[in-house]
Amino acid sequence: MKKDIKQLVGDKDIQLILGTLLRMGVLLSMAVVLIGGILYMYSDGKASVDYTVFVAEHADLTSISAIISGLMSGSGKAIIQFGIVLLIFTPISRVLLSVFSFLLERDYMYVLIGLIVLSIILFSLSNKLVG
Amino acid sequence: MTVFLFTIIVLLGAFLAGLLGSLTGLGGGVIIIPLLTLVLGVDIHYAIGASIVSVIATSSGSAAAYVKEGITNIRIGMFLEIATTISAILGAIITIYINPGYIAVLFGLILLFSAVMMLRKKVEHTDNDDSGKLARYFKLNGSYPTEQGTVSYSVHNVVGGFVMMFFAGIVSGLLGIGSGALKVLAMDNIMRIPFKVSTTTSNFMMGVTAAASAVVYLHRGQIDPGIAMPVCVGVLIGATVGSKVLIRSKPEKLKLLFAVVVAFLACQMIYNGLTGKL
Repeated sequence: MKKDIKQLVGDKDIQLILGTLLRMGVLLSMAVVLIGGILYMYSDGKASVDYTVFVAEHADLTSISAIISGLMSGSGKAIIQFGIVLLIFTPISRVLLSVFSFLLERDYMYVLIGLIVLSIILFSLSNKLVG
Repeated sequence: MTVFLFTIIVLLGAFLAGLLGSLTGLGGGVIIIPLLTLVLGVDIHYAIGASIVSVIATSSGSAAAYVKEGITNIRIGMFLEIATTISAILGAIITIYINPGYIAVLFGLILLFSAVMMLRKKVEHTDNDDSGKLARYFKLNGSYPTEQGTVSYSVHNVVGGFVMMFFAGIVSGLLGIGSGALKVLAMDNIMRIPFKVSTTTSNFMMGVTAAASAVVYLHRGQIDPGIAMPVCVGVLIGATVGSKVLIRSKPEKLKLLFAVVVAFLACQMIYNGLTGKL
């Protein structure tokens, strides 16, 4: 019985941390996207846009290294894209945190399940899937 | 059109999409994609990339609140994420090889299905009967807090739910939406999880599922900062306002009106897809 109570408290703490992590991730990434958006409006606001045909070759900010080098030059578009990458990493870091929490609970089956989910996502990050 | 004008229009549209999506429970993606493609003539591949980003933002934002309340079943979520992440990546890979017209038609059909699901009377299937070997082995059975105290529930048909989730993930990756209607179908009707748990857990999973396919879209160049920025900011603000309004009002009467709007959008998508206009 005592053990049950301890377990419950542990779960509650983890849930609180998970919730805070998700909220902070969204707030931080949206702040970065907004800053980038304002810069982008300032520099390119009067340019014209055409999104009627998708041309993969026209996209430049498609890898993390390209985004980082764009950040160095202070490009608004690169800052937006960096914010979007932060946003993508928010739920991914949530999975990582869950793996740690299951490790603390000694629930090794769920440590394994979490690691499987993480490796699936890391596999798609490896940039070999785009034809 | 200038960048500035485009951004303002998309921002307003995304705000409405987020508001409507949160009031109906459909999510912002299913509304922003028709808006971008039908009204602004944006290529559906860009619209999908922008929409998936907004799905991550809204689902992570609302999951934060639910997780803290302790309703979300994190084990069920993690377990089913194996299915949804693999299939979401698969969907995101194949979407570029499919004729955009067919994508629009599929999108319309899923939209119609979601509208029907929205109007359907909800019947709780939950019970405490013995739940079978798999649910016990994976420790999926759980409990959640209600006003009457903690209620426990057992999970059924794990294989069926897993297969349905795999399908939901493919749809999510193909179309850039959260496919919440399919996820809830898997959890309510097949696995017989209580509504509160299934909706919050589906929301919890959506972020990871969307992140998995977003990575593929990002590499391919489908996430254009010029579209994704107003879409995710607008949808997130709209969804936040929507959830505040939702607490104070009963949108049941408005649901029929929303369903008609959504059905109209669905028919437009199907028509334009079939005639090759998208």
